[in-house]
Amino acid sequence: MSSGILIPILSVGGLGLIFGVGLALAAKRFAVKVDPRVEKILEALPGANCGVCGYPGCSGFAEAVVAGKAPVNGCVPGGPAVAKTLGKIMGKEAEEGIKKIAFVQCRGGKDKAKGKFSYQGLENCGAASLISGGPKACRYGCLGFGDCVKVCPFGAIEMGEDGIPVVDDEKCTGCGLCVQACPRGIITLLPFSQKVFVGCVSKDRAAVVKKACAVGCIGCGICAKKCPQGAITIKDNYAWFDYNKCTSCGTCAYVCPTKAIVDKVKARPKASIGTGCTGCGICKEVCPAKAISGEKKSRHQVDMDKCIGCGLCFEKCPVKAINMVGALGWVEKKKGVA
Amino acid sequence: MSIGHLLIIAVASILVNNFVLSRFLGLCPYIGVSKQLDSAIGMGMAVIFVMTMASLSTWAIYTYLLAPATSIWKIDLTYLRTISFILVIASLVQLVEMVLQKTVPTLYRALGIYLPLITTNCAVLGVTVLNIDKRFGLVESLVQGFTAGVGFTLALILMAGIREKLDLADIPKPLRGIPIAFIVAGIMSIAFLGFSGLVTE
Repeated sequence: MSSGILIPILSVGGLGLIFGVGLALAAKRFAVKVDPRVEKILEALPGANCGVCGYPGCSGFAEAVVAGKAPVNGCVPGGPAVAKTLGKIMGKEAEEGIKKIAFVQCRGGKDKAKGKFSYQGLENCGAASLISGGPKACRYGCLGFGDCVKVCPFGAIEMGEDGIPVVDDEKCTGCGLCVQACPRGIITLLPFSQKVFVGCVSKDRAAVVKKACAVGCIGCGICAKKCPQGAITIKDNYAWFDYNKCTSCGTCAYVCPTKAIVDKVKARPKASIGTGCTGCGICKEVCPAKAISGEKKSRHQVDMDKCIGCGLCFEKCPVKAINMVGALGWVEKKKGVA
Repeated sequence: MSIGHLLIIAVASILVNNFVLSRFLGLCPYIGVSKQLDSAIGMGMAVIFVMTMASLSTWAIYTYLLAPATSIWKIDLTYLRTISFILVIASLVQLVEMVLQKTVPTLYRALGIYLPLITTNCAVLGVTVLNIDKRFGLVESLVQGFTAGVGFTLALILMAGIREKLDLADIPKPLRGIPIAFIVAGIMSIAFLGFSGLVTE
């Protein structure tokens, strides 16, 4: 009766052996020489074959990286850690040194921006923007159908109540899929540390902007004049930021007449002048909010209600008599910048 | 065995007994790879290829090894067909993948990751088991294998086309994504029921 178990074992085992040996031989016979880096990269990748990189699976991406077609930081789920490993394998540093996140450059929600017509088509920004420039009076404004929300693989973008998407800074990995998805080109990637940005992309003349939206950039140039770093230039009726120069002091957001410039810092610390004040008056001069008062050669005072917490006086004070009170972490960061 | 007979097998496995919509086999790739038309076509081609190859090889294994065992060794080995078929299909796909990579790199790239993904897909195993159940000969098995793949591809492409349109539709929030895809799959299955009775087995 032993043949009843022996023969099945032998036949299936034999089949397995034949196929195994056959495959082993075939693997040698049909061996394709691949760049060893491809395999190394494949090992470093998450291996989810998610396709966010735009290549068919992780192996496709690995080949593209070795061929130089794809950037080493192209793997979104892998994040900076994988980018670093891949950079090492490829013999170059990861291109992204600093974490970047998405910024939505439009504040024209339902209550602030006017509509042009009632749109009843597909619930899709791409489709809506094709019809007569979209249903918003502003031809640059966010359409609010959430193409960016849908495309975000990390659930980092949510549609706000006013119809303007809100980016969760912590969840955003800076993959840039939303930047590509937005038919208006409103979303840009900026460094995580950037706190102040223009919440508008309109290049229309002031009269046109004002008619369409309450919070549009009219290119008045007040911010450019007040910016202590000289980081803003006015061109095409628009305030262009040089984000390399910008220190996120928030002065521009304070002086902007239409509030088109957004300050992401919710509570800035206030300036407080200590007893070391020599009354030189420099702080009084630099203060964009005119919050500092006082006679020459006597201790100056800060009007706490007027102070916007830009920290300019703190930086300029020659005797370091000024402290920024509250929001401690921010002050320390500020010191690092100065 | 006439052309008409083969034609009936073809119509039966493409429409009447569609592997996805009537037999409910291979549902995982059906939902998983039907988001985009491009990948649906790639997957479909890989399935057609593997099903045809699997029909050929399993037919050979069954006819020349498992079935004759009864007369030679006086022992019925046919119960081993599932495990040996999986073994055969998996090794065959591996082999084909290697050969393709070496000889036809373009086809290898076109099939991409789909080829290894379907090595042990239940639809592939299903078609080989059905071949045996129906006592098909070599040609019939090949026709059934090929057309079952075509039927799978048809269902996948139809689904992908619908889902690409669904992406743009205003769907109630709880139903977005997979839920609506399931509902669509159910409706498509009901639609394919209309073919039943077209061919009597």
